[in-house]
Amino acid sequence: MSMTSEGGHGAVPTGPEVPVEPKAATARRDWPLYEVFVRGKRGINHVHVGSLHAPDDEMAVHAARDLYTRRNEGVSIWVVRSADITASSPDEKDPMFAPSGDKVYRHPTFYEIPENVPHM
Amino acid sequence: MAHEETVYEALDHAHSDEGHWAFGTGFDEPLAGVDTTVPEGVDPADLGEYCLMLGDDALVLAQRLTQWITNAPELEEEVAIGNIALDLLGQARLLLARAGSVGVLGRSRERATESIPDEDALAYFRDPDEFRCTALVEAENGDFAHTMLRLLAAATVRLAVLARLRESRDPVLAAIAAKGVNELTYHRDHAARWVLRLGDGTEESHRRAQAGAEAVWPLLADVFSATPTEQRLAAGGIAVDPAEVRGEVHAVLTEVLGRATLTVPGWPADAPPRGRLGEHGPELAELLDELQGLAREHPAATW
Repeated sequence: MSMTSEGGHGAVPTGPEVPVEPKAATARRDWPLYEVFVRGKRGINHVHVGSLHAPDDEMAVHAARDLYTRRNEGVSIWVVRSADITASSPDEKDPMFAPSGDKVYRHPTFYEIPENVPHM
Repeated sequence: MAHEETVYEALDHAHSDEGHWAFGTGFDEPLAGVDTTVPEGVDPADLGEYCLMLGDDALVLAQRLTQWITNAPELEEEVAIGNIALDLLGQARLLLARAGSVGVLGRSRERATESIPDEDALAYFRDPDEFRCTALVEAENGDFAHTMLRLLAAATVRLAVLARLRESRDPVLAAIAAKGVNELTYHRDHAARWVLRLGDGTEESHRRAQAGAEAVWPLLADVFSATPTEQRLAAGGIAVDPAEVRGEVHAVLTEVLGRATLTVPGWPADAPPRGRLGEHGPELAELLDELQGLAREHPAATW
């Protein structure tokens, strides 16, 4: 099955097996993959909670609401196409991250954090 | 604190009166803490009958949607449909409990054993002719487009009714309506998004969406026709006369179908109430067979 963008409402599934009626389960995964980020409370950053498939950006937000915020987890949802994420490569792990390991002065470990300051 | 922990922290801090679990929250007493006194001048039999109408619409549509489970086109959509069905089931539960609380139980109480709560007795131990839902919710499922068109129509009608019902003189109905309005706004939105995508999608999806609309529209024939019960209650400020919401429903459906490049089918002529009076086709009996089979075979079973 192919995806086409027509009529201004984003990609829609096309082809003979268009998903509009109950059908026998077949391996079919043509909707793009999205990564989902949820903010649990105001003032906290969005956190990656998982991924999902959706036909377009709007439906991805919609599906994220059903899949990841059913139990009061969220006040805000971001979605981004997985393909649009640029990630660091495991091969570069050492040059990327190792240099910070021995620079203790970069870590704010010499401050005492008051007990009533959350999320530090 | 590790960021990973923060999102699901909300689980612990969720207000206990806002439980969203499918199982486990507040299942003992649906109307616990609610003043269930019948407002002055209202016939409890009328009030209970009206609760059955609204409750049965929700219960039967929930069952139709549930029939998509394991059959939906995508897992993500299956969860969405399941959530909508659960919302409706929750509304049905409160409304049937309200009917029970004013003594409208029909023959169900004789058939159900004592340990079965009123709302379960009403759901599982009434026969088809005792159900008060309309054809709009009981018609059999077609393809996915048909389901979304039906959901769009049913959610639009119900949202318009419940929005007005928030002003009901019965505080229980007003509270149930207030809770339902948020849910139905989402249901209508979900269906509308799909109708837009299917209607304004491919040639095939457009064809199926148009066919869905043609199949669903005739089901609106008796949706706006009030029964004498509804008329009496509406005059007393308790219920909403469904004729009142016709204009809004027509406007919303016309808007969505227009944007979806679909042709609005002709509006059916008003028909006298059928489903609201217990007249149903064989499809409701089949649906109830599936819905009630287990409870009737094993009354008060737990697992």
